Amino acid sequence: MAELTMIEAINEAMRQEMERNSRVIVLGEDVGENGGVFRATDGLLEQFGPDRVFDTPLAESGIIGTSIGLAVNGMRPIAEIQFLGFVYQAMDQLAAQAARIRFRSGGRFSCPIVVRSPYGGGVRTPELHSDALEALFTHSPGLKVVMPSNPYDAKGLLISAIRDDDPVLFLEPMKLYRAFRMEVPEEPYTIPLGQARVVKEGEDLTIITWGATVPLVAKLADEMRTKGIDAEVIDLRCLQPLDIDAILASVEKTGRVMIVHEAVKTSGFGAEVAALISERALFALSAPIVRVAGYDTPYPVPSVEDDWLPNPARIAEGIETLLRY
Amino acid sequence: MFDPNELSIEMVQILDEHGNGDEQKLAAFSDGWLLDAYRAMRRARVIDERLLRMQRQGRIGTYAPFSGQEAAQVGSALALRNDDWIFPSYREVAVCLLQGMPLEQFFHYVQGRLSGKRMPDGVNIFPTQIIIAAQTLHAVGCAWASKLKGEPHVSVAYFGDGATSEGDFHEAMNFAAVYNVPVIFFCQNNQYAISVPYAKQTASRTIAQKALAYGMKGVLVDGNDVLAVYETMKQAVDAARRGEGPMLIEALTYRLGPHTTADDPTKYRRPEEVEAWRRKDPLHRLRVLLERRGLWTEAQEEAFVAEVNAEVTAAYEAAIASPSGSIADVFDHVYSEAPKLLAEQKAEVMRRKQAKGVK
Ligand SMILES: Cc1ncc(C[n+]2csc(CCOP(=O)(O)OP(=O)(O)O)c2C)c(N)n1
Repeated sequence: MAELTMIEAINEAMRQEMERNSRVIVLGEDVGENGGVFRATDGLLEQFGPDRVFDTPLAESGIIGTSIGLAVNGMRPIAEIQFLGFVYQAMDQLAAQAARIRFRSGGRFSCPIVVRSPYGGGVRTPELHSDALEALFTHSPGLKVVMPSNPYDAKGLLISAIRDDDPVLFLEPMKLYRAFRMEVPEEPYTIPLGQARVVKEGEDLTIITWGATVPLVAKLADEMRTKGIDAEVIDLRCLQPLDIDAILASVEKTGRVMIVHEAVKTSGFGAEVAALISERALFALSAPIVRVAGYDTPYPVPSVEDDWLPNPARIAEGIETLLRY
Repeated sequence: MFDPNELSIEMVQILDEHGNGDEQKLAAFSDGWLLDAYRAMRRARVIDERLLRMQRQGRIGTYAPFSGQEAAQVGSALALRNDDWIFPSYREVAVCLLQGMPLEQFFHYVQGRLSGKRMPDGVNIFPTQIIIAAQTLHAVGCAWASKLKGEPHVSVAYFGDGATSEGDFHEAMNFAAVYNVPVIFFCQNNQYAISVPYAKQTASRTIAQKALAYGMKGVLVDGNDVLAVYETMKQAVDAARRGEGPMLIEALTYRLGPHTTADDPTKYRRPEEVEAWRRKDPLHRLRVLLERRGLWTEAQEEAFVAEVNAEVTAAYEAAIASPSGSIADVFDHVYSEAPKLLAEQKAEVMRRKQAKGVK
């Protein structure tokens, strides 16, 4: 088995699906000759040629809008939005058009597109490159929202996303693209959309997280064990569909919940998770749910981003509060 | 040259790449003006090269160099008044400097400090725009306000060829022409949008001709000829001030370096192409003219470059010597008055800082 980075695993998933199905095409800004600004699409143009890999004009609404038409008419587009902050330019096409085609056409049309986009902070990017905007899309019924946190998951989830008959937003944590390598099977495999992963089992509290913050939380959970705190860590992997059963099972076991995400706290997806838990497992809780998230400000400038993001100090403080209760 | 119903796609040029030009047209420019234009371009080049080096040394963040585009930027800015409104993208450093942005302030920005956000009062430059083409609409709105208020200001949107593919650009052009507002759309066609060349960006032969569809004037100008750019921009600005409405200018130029410091242009650009454009360097042609007229010497050049380098060093040092700001500052300027939950978050941050004994 090869040891791959997340970006290599993503590249491999696309390549293998393009080999398997000639209807799979890749389009976006700089995805061709340049191989994507992060090299996610490196080599695809060489292998599959200009009829399957397209450098588009600089127009996000155009990329997503035409992908809808391509998909309705039988193609399987994988579209790239270069950085998630630029998705606002395509908001109508993604949230109001792609998400609703099936519903609006009474099931006549479906829209099997995958929209890939890097997101997330800690990498000193200019404004609007780092924003975690997943909640905008979990609030758009009809879309699936997938957020891998390691190379193995990235490949299996992306292959599932490409084969899925619904539009899938596939959000890739930029910070993890080359953060570490991991054994990834060479043959294609799928991980079902909507299944969380228990990163680490524990008894004292449950930490629910996804995407960019997963490795950070996993590492902290390991360190906590030396202090006698046994945390269970759940990586949601998909926000829509959501693995509510995995969440409830863990909450019933530990009775204490912390949610960690990068996005702005107010109306972040953590609020949804907390609400679901209080609806379905209130009496299993022995303490109020704690959220550690980005602050309610625009994503700030590089000089202060490490203090803005959920970091070890903030998470440790949250755990203290949770256990003290 | 500006008949909106009949768009010529000839390129306006006054000074060619060898420093030769129509004497009659050249006569319109005083020696003093030519020297000012040259100094502004040379200053911009020195600053750009220093910033590029500083990025490589890890002293500033991602940076979008503009070497090669000095004539387009300087020529257009020199045709403006200081109280006109500028809506830049991320590449208009030379324009912004001429319109009053302090160099030190720019260092705060490229170092990723909160203090880099705020232009001094009275400097009518909008914040650096990251979202391609978004500023074109803001410029139209601002020009519209000038018209409604009866003020004589012109608004200028700066953008690249890639931006002309975005919906915002088309909406901006349409609004501007329908409301006949004093706005200039200034496209620096540097022929690439990151890796995507002009031919893959649009199938129209020129950007300038896009004006026709909106009922607006459009002009293609040699963007490496500071005189032609100035002349074209001056006519556009004067017309806009007279209430004759918007105009689209395409300055045909070339970005000599990478798209940004995170980009590797050798992946998509042939060295011969870059070399061919290097020979059309906008600084070179004006310098040849100045030298021929005995207005500029190698010694003057060296002294001037040293002077600018000292200026850059001083601005950089002033920027790093000033307080860098802290996480507590990010809560300011989100709303005019912080909502309760936001104020609580700020208080929590301050409490944590104090407990740790950090600033
Ligand atoms: C809406 C949006 N999409 C994509 C990007 C990423 N991006 C930044 S610059 C750029 C190319 C812009 O090209 P152009 O408009 O020609 O301007 P230039 O950089 O050449 O001056 C791209 C694709 C962005 N900043 N905003």
